[in-house]
Amino acid sequence: MAKTLPKTDVVIVGVGWAGGIIASELTKSGLNVVGLERGKERKTEDYFMVHDELRYALRYELMQDLSKDTVTFRSTEKIRALPMRSYGSFLLGEGLGGAGVHWNGQTYRFLPYDFEIRSKTIERYGKGKIPDGMTIQDWGITYDEMEPYYDKFEKLTGISGEPNPLGGKRSAGYPTPPMKKSPALSLFADAASKLKLHPYMMPSANLSEPYTNPDGISRAACQYCAYCERFGCEYGAKADPVVTVLPVALKTGKFEIRTHSHVRRILHKGGKATGVMYTDVTTGEELIQPADIVVVTSYVFNNVKLLLMSGLGKPYDAASGTGVIGRNYAYQVLKGNAAGFFDEKQFNTFAGAGSLGVTLDDYNGDNFDHTDLKFIHGGSISLSQTGMRPIANNPVPAGTATWGAEFKANSVKYANRVLSVGGQGSCMPFRHHFLDLDPTYKDAYGDPLVRLTFDFEEQDRQLALYLSGKCAEIMKEMGASHIDQLKELGPYEITTYQSTHNTGGVVMGATPDTSAVNTYLQMWDAENVFVVGASAFPHNSGYNPTDTVGALAYRASEGILKYRQKGGKLV
Amino acid sequence: MADPNQKGRSDNQKVEQPSRRKFLVQAGYAVGGVIVGGAIGSLIRRPTKKNEAAPGASPSPSGGAAEVKSYNRAPMFFTQEQLNIVSAATERIFPSDDAGPGALALGVPFFIDHQLAGEWGFNSREYMSPPFYSGEKVQGYQGRLKRREMFEIGLRELENYSQTKFKKGFAELAPEQQDEVLKAFESDEVKLTTISASGFFKMLRSSTLEGAYSDPLYGGNADMNGWKMKSYPGNQMSYTDVIDKDFAVIAPSSLQDHLSAH
Repeated sequence: MAKTLPKTDVVIVGVGWAGGIIASELTKSGLNVVGLERGKERKTEDYFMVHDELRYALRYELMQDLSKDTVTFRSTEKIRALPMRSYGSFLLGEGLGGAGVHWNGQTYRFLPYDFEIRSKTIERYGKGKIPDGMTIQDWGITYDEMEPYYDKFEKLTGISGEPNPLGGKRSAGYPTPPMKKSPALSLFADAASKLKLHPYMMPSANLSEPYTNPDGISRAACQYCAYCERFGCEYGAKADPVVTVLPVALKTGKFEIRTHSHVRRILHKGGKATGVMYTDVTTGEELIQPADIVVVTSYVFNNVKLLLMSGLGKPYDAASGTGVIGRNYAYQVLKGNAAGFFDEKQFNTFAGAGSLGVTLDDYNGDNFDHTDLKFIHGGSISLSQTGMRPIANNPVPAGTATWGAEFKANSVKYANRVLSVGGQGSCMPFRHHFLDLDPTYKDAYGDPLVRLTFDFEEQDRQLALYLSGKCAEIMKEMGASHIDQLKELGPYEITTYQSTHNTGGVVMGATPDTSAVNTYLQMWDAENVFVVGASAFPHNSGYNPTDTVGALAYRASEGILKYRQKGGKLV
Repeated sequence: MADPNQKGRSDNQKVEQPSRRKFLVQAGYAVGGVIVGGAIGSLIRRPTKKNEAAPGASPSPSGGAAEVKSYNRAPMFFTQEQLNIVSAATERIFPSDDAGPGALALGVPFFIDHQLAGEWGFNSREYMSPPFYSGEKVQGYQGRLKRREMFEIGLRELENYSQTKFKKGFAELAPEQQDEVLKAFESDEVKLTTISASGFFKMLRSSTLEGAYSDPLYGGNADMNGWKMKSYPGNQMSYTDVIDKDFAVIAPSSLQDHLSAH
């Protein structure tokens, strides 16, 4: 018999970026908040010996234990979904701070086009431009309305950057100046400028200088140590929920974090949530945490799973195209790139930072004419210097042997002579790409795994090839001796790492028939349940998602406080 | 003739140990007089005569890197026979050449052996629950075998194939013959019923690279010679001074160096 705990004002499921920001905002406003995190405690001091590529980047030390919970995957509904048994395409975060601990820190605002993608595409190209089955939709909120929330997240984290010549309007500049430009970055920027493109320094959550944020949190500057993505930051220089928002929430005395607490159900009655039921994973004990408001911030897959297991919101049915929970899943098309081999030069690519780079949006959004192209949207193109760690990076020109004497000689020769220009492609949702519950496989607690049905479409293939061509043009201008570029996208496969930019499943929108939450991330079907994260994205843009996730968390916080005051549906 | 102990010491001296004061200033720890958080902030002690990082100084519990003798060149998992086959195979994948040492000299066979003895060998953080179905290539590995079992089978099959084709064990073959055998596995020319020959080869190749370039604490990358070959500086605290400069070689430093310096 589950033990019932004393009621709190708000219970938050999953304490990463979204959960952390909301906890901070709500406790600062006087609410009592309980944060339930499935994983363990984490702090900066844990990362003293973090420059260990094998342990963190290849053995996935900071990531979720897949033996307890994973997803199943199939490319279409015609085949049986099978478990993702080991890590590949994306890496699931866990623990206090979630993936906010081991991200790279690349922090981009989406474009004005993104928030009104359906209307603007039709306006410019006509309805026929949107292929059958592509389910893009307007977000219900505009870039201008999002702007203040982007500003807040960027000031929280101290983003180091300079304005994007092709981006949306900004009310303020970045809080800290851009990072240092390495020779590789300068080479890329010069080449891009020569080609009349608009390069600018990548907006970075790795601080370019010491910074104190509006909450009074001081952090040190990034040391360019080249151990960012998949690693915790031992300097606190990389913005991380544990370093930025959790201390603020805890200081109010109104935030209680319970780790090792796996939420399995949202309890509800008569269209309103009453709290959550969770398992203490250390003892196995089941507990009930009653609350006036439930906030679900447990990553894209788990947000969907929790709602489906709890019977909240209408499950998506691909055959009829009705329902919303699990709808509009999307990813990132990251294979359009060009690798340049430089016989005459070496670069200090052993050094770097997660968001050290130069980027450009000339081929992103609707910034270029798609009239004669067989795809919409595009992607950002960047040269980033995140640090080429020695196990994972042994590039050789295409056609070279992949083992033996020829491989060894070439991989050693080119160790510091390879640069990569990459396209981060947007990903459009389709009617037959979705998340639901697997009928066969279960997690360690007896609940079904989330099932992912997804593949690349012609939209993605055309987009990837187009971007890789543009990448190769820039690489040629950079003077590489030899260039290898993507020839063919191929099917989506779950075995090779691409990105952990999974989006959709609990999308936001203006109306309940095609969205699960309104523009305050409040569920249409349960007014005291807020579901926040990239699960809210109706499509994914040509950028990393975290700035938008952070902005939506601030937006949701505002909504929760409004709801606390007045109650009822906010939209 | 240089004393081998002396060599280690001079290598350490080449590594610029950033002075604590310089690092604190660079990292901006004294922001408005407040010592900012971070692992380094809480763990850096005032340098005293006792704990100042003096490479090769009098022995202390964490030791100077040069003083510690390694005792891990013995198998935790492989039989002698298996170790011989892995040694031969990994040396073909990553041979000694003008650029520097190969798999054998770098300790790769012991690295793989030690890894298989632990969580990686048991796939302990992977989803190994049934039911098992053979899936599409895009769905990844769907087998029930753990890596240590795959290695046992794979090494036995390498041996069987060598005996069948050349009437000799794999380790006794000439290098060109060993390459032929490995290529047959790589291309799935060898038909196995229990595991995928190409899957096993892939694992052999990737674990060879792991053994060549992981921190030497794991048993490979002996003396950081893998890193030295690639001019990779290993574990360094800061590149703030070099990030905007042209490429220059920095002598490598290990995690053990990092631990014993603080």
